[in-house]
Formats: sequence, structure tokens, C-alpha cells
Amino acid sequence: MRAILLIDFGSTYTKLTAVDLSAPRVLGSAQAFTTVASDISLGLEQALARLEAATGHIQYEARLACSSAAGGLNMVACGLVPGLTSKAARLAAFGAGAKVIRTFAYQLTDEDMAQLARIQPDILLLCGGIDGGNSEVILHNAARIASAPGDYPVLVAGNRAAQAECVRLLEQGSHPVYTAPNVMPEMNTLNIEPAAEVIRQIFLKRIILAKGLGRAQRLLDGILMPTPAAVLKALRLLSKGTGDEAGLGDLIGVDLGGATTDIYSIARGEPASPTTIMRGLPEPLAKRTVEGDLGMRYNALGIQEAVGAAALAQLSGQDEDAVQAYVVHCDSQPETLPGDETQRQMDRALAISAVGTALARHAGTLERVYTPMGPMHEQRGKDLSQVRQVVVTGGALVYAMDLQQIMEQALRRQEATALTPRQAGLMVDRGYILSAMGLLADTHGAVALRLMKDIIGREEAYAAV
Amino acid sequence: MQKTLVLGVIGADVHAVGNQILNYAFTDAGFHVVNLGVMVSQEEFIEAAIESAADAIIVSSLYGHGELDCQGLRDKCDEAGLKGILLYVGGNIVVGKQPFEEVRQRFLDMGFDRVFGPGTPPEAGIAALREDLADR
Repeated sequence: MRAILLIDFGSTYTKLTAVDLSAPRVLGSAQAFTTVASDISLGLEQALARLEAATGHIQYEARLACSSAAGGLNMVACGLVPGLTSKAARLAAFGAGAKVIRTFAYQLTDEDMAQLARIQPDILLLCGGIDGGNSEVILHNAARIASAPGDYPVLVAGNRAAQAECVRLLEQGSHPVYTAPNVMPEMNTLNIEPAAEVIRQIFLKRIILAKGLGRAQRLLDGILMPTPAAVLKALRLLSKGTGDEAGLGDLIGVDLGGATTDIYSIARGEPASPTTIMRGLPEPLAKRTVEGDLGMRYNALGIQEAVGAAALAQLSGQDEDAVQAYVVHCDSQPETLPGDETQRQMDRALAISAVGTALARHAGTLERVYTPMGPMHEQRGKDLSQVRQVVVTGGALVYAMDLQQIMEQALRRQEATALTPRQAGLMVDRGYILSAMGLLADTHGAVALRLMKDIIGREEAYAAV
Repeated sequence: MQKTLVLGVIGADVHAVGNQILNYAFTDAGFHVVNLGVMVSQEEFIEAAIESAADAIIVSSLYGHGELDCQGLRDKCDEAGLKGILLYVGGNIVVGKQPFEEVRQRFLDMGFDRVFGPGTPPEAGIAALREDLADR
């Protein structure tokens, strides 16, 4: 047996998965409350004791972890034009597993700087200009950030021609400075992987200590990445496979949580028809978005703001006053569990609305335009309408009694222009193994793929509009 | 220093061949061409010019609706901080057969720096660019 221990420090639970690499199989799993406020290793030790009670003592050859504890990785992204380098910066931060608290475009203003001083992100990503393009704005912003209060690291990944000068300006301030290649080196060409990798390095070197997660280090070999980055790696492996074994092909991941809704897509999403023309920034094969305003508890109010109380009332079969009261209750008391059938119906309406809205924001759109050559279509973002597989993770959906109906309604509630799937098989990450498999993806890809196919890869239901 | 051009076919126009020829000719002449292809909106021309710090925007239109598509482009450039950026337009830019001098004047009044009629060889545009960008 070659045992390896995989740990996910979540905001609420510390989850352990023990894997035997030689079989391969999952030896056992266990969880305990995350204890980040006191000493994170306490929760880990408790979870370990629970795991050993089930599996007996195991000698692990490695202990690897990911973390979204202590608020996860919070970033601010700065770019030039909102739909170009600002968007590229956001996509890079999302791909690295971060939550993007705020995105700035053009020159940072006094008001922006005041906001930044309040936010105090874990990392600021500074972009702007294609290589050899505009350097005025990124230099202006570098100078402003240099004098911004705080000691959060700044990653410069903008116009190559301005990079050295940006670093020089920033080094006069209190922020550690890192660099990566431009996230958009040429017009409409993304290059976000290198910046995402540097973000992961900064997370590894600095953020873990800054968040008090360093105490766990003696119990393990390293907290390698933020949890969402591990999930993205796992889904990418499940979709694309390894050199020897094929993956499952295009797929979408949905993670509905208490505070945010994350959507992942592993698909090219290119236009389906020759009369369709791509507009705007092309998007990455493995794309992740986080909706920070959509969550079942901490952001129940955000869901209501996004879809309206009337829609929630209609979906739940309750009147608007009851819905509004419940939403306020959930938002103020995040530990709320639905007490009766009425509240379960309202939770269902919240889930449908959060997933539906998050999918619409993640996927691209297709609009018909009339030209003298006849009708044509303009596509923005990814075409996910042909994707037929959805992997569901996160407690709110995994434990939902009527997952199939929730997903069906979420798919049905889309605008006609939305390039979301019309039907899809649902796979469910019941054992919370996605993040664990993401930790294995780079070093033991074949094992991780095998286990994911065995444990998650079975279609549990089919949702069709 | 290498000059940067933003190139594209404006509006709902999908004529791709001329766009490819211009892309090739301008690149071959030593310009850095940011080619946006066909069906490009005014906003896309402007955003690309901002990110690339372009020296000129070269607008093509082949389908006759160029006059409608081009209106207000100069104003939007001014608004976006691209003050004084060189604006060229060329192709079949108006409906039907109209005296070209009148057409040219209308587009000059709209704020374009140069206006090229149908059948203009790429060399004419390249020569004009060299002249206009020489002292910039």
C-alpha cells in the first residue's frame, strides 16, 4: 500500500481523504470543524483521529492540502478597458482559485484608492495594455498603489514594455512585488496561466502564514493551493483525461455554497455554426467564475436582488412577504436549516435562482443580427449549449432531495440568448473528493482520474428543458 | 519606432477578404496591425486602440452602410481620450453611385483624416500613413 492523505481546509469543515495509490482506492474519509480562529491544527488532529478510528493507523507517504479557510483567497484586479485587460485580470484571478472582491478599470481614482484601503485584499493583480501598447495607465496605477496603505503583495502582469518601470515604482512602497507575463499580450489573446501560477506561489509562500494556517504545516507537507484551484484542476483532468486514458469530454461544474456560487466549465465553447461570428475576448478552455453575491445563506439577499422576490415567490409557491422574511432570516442567521416543507420550498427557489443566474453569467450569449448578407449570429463568451455533463458539488446541491428538478428549473429559466445547456446528465460529488483529486492531479493524474470516474462519473439523473 | 494600427470592417459587414489583404499589406509594410476582423463595432475599435496605444484606426466598409456605421466615431474617440488619433476610412462606404468628392467631404466632416474610394490599392493607404505618421 502507498497511502497519501489529502486535506481540504474549508471555511466550515476540514475534510480528509485517504487514498491508496497502488490499488487505487479511497481508504477512508472524515471531517471535523475547521478551527482557524484558535489553531487550525486542532481541527485537523480531530479529523485525523476520526479517520484513524475508521481505517486504523496508516503510514502516509505524503500529506497534501488545499484551503479556503479564513475567507479564502481574496483579490482585487486592475486593468485598463473593462471588457479587455480588466476582464483578463479577473479570469486569471478566478483561474488561480481566488474570489475577486473588486475589479478596477482605467486610472485608479481617489475613490478607488479609498475602497482599496478598506478592502485590503490578499493579493492585488495589476494589468493593463497589450505588450507594446498603452503604458500610461498601468504606470499611473502602479504609482498610486505604491503609496496605498497595507502590505499585501502586488502582482504585475500587464504591458511588457511598462513592467520594469511598474516594479520600480511599486518597490518604493510597502507592498512586495511579483511579476508574471502579460495576461493579454496581444489584442483578444489571453495568457492567464502564468499569472495564475504566480498567484498560487504567492498563496503558498505568504498568504498561508498571513492567515494563520502556518500552524498546520508541521502536520503536513504543504498547503499547495486554494481549494477552488484544486477543484478546477480535478475537473480539467476529469474532462481531458491523461495521455493514456481518455476523459469524459466537455463538462460543467456547479458549486453552490453558503456564501458564493462557483461555476466551472471545461470546454472550448466555440461557435457551433459558420454563420456565427465571435466577438470580444476569447475565454480559456478551463474557466472558473465566482458569483460573490449569490449564496444560499450569507448572500441569500443577493439572490433575491438578482432575480427579484416575485420570482422566488413563484418558484416556491409562497407569497412575497414570506419569501422576503425568510431571505432576511437566512442572511442574518447563516446557520439556518430549513425547518418545514415551506422553508424547503423556499430554499429550493433560492438554489434554482442562484444556479440559474450564475450559469447565465458564466456562459456566453448568442444574438441574431441582420446583415445585407442575411441573418448572422454574434457570439460573446463560451457556447456551452452542447455540453451534456454537469458535475455538482457543494452541500446545498449534493444533499438536495430534488437535485434533478432544481437543475432542470435552473436550465429552463435562461434567456433565449443564453448559451447554457438545454439538457445534461448530472454527476454528484457525494464524497467531496474533487478538491482531493485536484491535489493529486499533477503528480498522480492516472490515479485521480480513475477514482473520479469510479466515484463521481456515474450519471445520477438527467435534466432536460 | 513601430507604429500600431487598429484595423477592422465596421458594422454588420462580413466582407473578410479585403480585411485580410489589408492586414497582410500593412504588416508587410512594417506596421504593427491589431486586426479585429469583420463586424466590428465603434466601441471595439476604440477599446482596442486604448489597450494597444494605437496611432491610427483604419475602418473598412464594403456593404454600403458605412456612413451610418461611422457617424460619431470621432466624437467617441475624443470622449475616450484618443484625442487626435488618425482615422482612415475606405471601401464602398456609401449607398449607390454618388460623386466621390462629395462622399469624401462628408466623411472628412465626420472627423476622418483620410477617405479612400473603391478600388484603392493598399499602397495608397500605406503611403498616406507614412506621411501622416512621420512627424508623430
